Amino acid sequence: MSKGILYDATLCIGCLECERACAKENHLPYTETLEKQKRTNEYKFTYVAAHENEKYMRRMCMHCEDPACASVCPVGALEKTKLGPVVYDASKCMGCRYCMIGCPFGIPKYEWSKAIPTVKKCILCHERVEAGKQTACAEACPTGATLFGERSALLAEGRKRLQENPTNYVNHIYGEKEVGGTSVMMLSSVPFEQFDLKPFQPQPLPELTGRVLAKIPQIVSLSATMLGGIYWITNRREAVERVEKTRERSQKDEK
Amino acid sequence: MKMTLPKITFWRAIFVVVLLFGAYATYLRFFHGLGASTNLSDNFPWGLWIGFDMLCGVMLAAGGFTLMAAVHVLNLKKYAPIGRPAVLTAFLGYLLVIGALLYDLGKPYNIWHPMIMWQPRSVMFEVGWCVMLYTTVLALEFAPIILERFHLEKPIRILHAISVPLIILGVVLSTLHQSSLGSLYLIVPGKLYPLWYTPMLPVLFFLSAIASGMGMTIFESTMSARHFDHALEAPLIRGLGRGMLVTLLIYGVVRFHDLISSGRIKYAFVQNYESTMFWVEVSLSIFIPVVLLLLPRVRENPISLYITSILMICGFVMNRMNVAMTGMERSAGVRYVPRWSEVVITLCIVGVGITIFTLATKYLPIFTHASAPQRVPERTVAATAQPVPELAR
Repeated sequence: MSKGILYDATLCIGCLECERACAKENHLPYTETLEKQKRTNEYKFTYVAAHENEKYMRRMCMHCEDPACASVCPVGALEKTKLGPVVYDASKCMGCRYCMIGCPFGIPKYEWSKAIPTVKKCILCHERVEAGKQTACAEACPTGATLFGERSALLAEGRKRLQENPTNYVNHIYGEKEVGGTSVMMLSSVPFEQFDLKPFQPQPLPELTGRVLAKIPQIVSLSATMLGGIYWITNRREAVERVEKTRERSQKDEK
Repeated sequence: MKMTLPKITFWRAIFVVVLLFGAYATYLRFFHGLGASTNLSDNFPWGLWIGFDMLCGVMLAAGGFTLMAAVHVLNLKKYAPIGRPAVLTAFLGYLLVIGALLYDLGKPYNIWHPMIMWQPRSVMFEVGWCVMLYTTVLALEFAPIILERFHLEKPIRILHAISVPLIILGVVLSTLHQSSLGSLYLIVPGKLYPLWYTPMLPVLFFLSAIASGMGMTIFESTMSARHFDHALEAPLIRGLGRGMLVTLLIYGVVRFHDLISSGRIKYAFVQNYESTMFWVEVSLSIFIPVVLLLLPRVRENPISLYITSILMICGFVMNRMNVAMTGMERSAGVRYVPRWSEVVITLCIVGVGITIFTLATKYLPIFTHASAPQRVPERTVAATAQPVPELAR
């Protein structure tokens, strides 16, 4: 079954243990400069954004149920696994960066300084998840703000929390329905838009391109038939003329 | 034959300087990466090389399939003389687009991966296959010109036998990928500015490619008429002008109907950078050319048609750049200005295109074919002194 993360911002104390654990797990440097950066980049796959009054919001790859990045990739280098993580195969990648254009959350990042660059993003510790363990960030979280588990169980837990403590939360589980649902979901007491988590339609983005791509067989068969037909009609007159001329000539010859 | 050194002219000198800078930019790109050679960033991953070299390159090469469809499918045989330059432009254009792509791709040596790693949900996968197949079709459509030059009759006969299915295949493939370049942006409803984002993007890209294809053919025919001794094909250019007018009117109706019916037209009346770029774009690509082409005086005069075509092409080039660059800036929160090396590589590609086109028209039977089939292909190019009467005025 599909795994995921439920991040409850009301439990987060902004200790950045998740950032540290993530850097260690992915063999990334974690310097003071990187610690201060409140955005993901090629060296940082997750960060905790701070809002006034000690309100926090953790950001990472959302691991969409139907990810735009995987749908746009021309070589299938990005892939949504059955277990939940959206993983990346650098050996397939040709570096078109369409995933970066397509991702609605601006997650995939690029190694701009390298002569042979690859895409960098959170892969939900898919090797650990496959081995039955939880992600490094969830394991490191001292307060349980980052909770790892079955997506369906996490959703139920989220709903329970909203019901039991309605005054504590914005009445919304971000990621339940956005862009068709995501494996990473958030609860917060501050409106999500203040953390640049935009309101999205429940329709998965790949449907927008899928609708057009689905028409291709029709376009090909229809246009080829039409063009062939037009060719036959417009060129027939000449063919008829040619045949008539040769017939006239042969009739003359017979005479 | 006497060998002479090429004359040093103003444009040749400029081209050599651009090539030298281009060589250094190429070194930066392949040894120090995209970060050192472009102003692209995590916030703005696609820039000039995608916006101009790729999107405009393919659009400007659309004359090939448009002319082939007109001559061979619609049987408008009078356009046959300008079919060859159009096919040459298309073939060259696609080769240059692929060349430019090698600069833009992070791992250019993996460019062939879509051939074996299938991902049919991706618009880019479809565009890749279409470009690959259509470039092959163009190579086969162009081959007779080279074979003729060396008087190889047998392969010409084989190619002639399959020419009609080949041309139809080319038109189908072009329809698909010209429109799909617009579909590439259907996945970014939240990122592309509303003046350009529309579900109609594929239709608009297709229609503007046809108009630009005809415009480019007018442009080339007139340019070559100034430099070579063959007569300007005035009636053909007038015909293309009429075709351009009709296509532009259809494009304008689709574009503005979509903007008005969806209510997105209101963004055109907000005073900002995007609306300014929008109005300049639609004026150049739709309003000015349509008004000019509606005037019989303009429509009948090859030189005013030539100028109108240039205006319209600039308008549609701006359209592609607006989709790829202007329209993506606000959501990215950055202002993208290409780095010198990006501009220089683009100039190199344009320069190489013009140079090869000029050489090909000199040494291959490009402009001699159907207009004067009785002539020997290797006629001298020296007789350029005689100006065409219509141009002399």
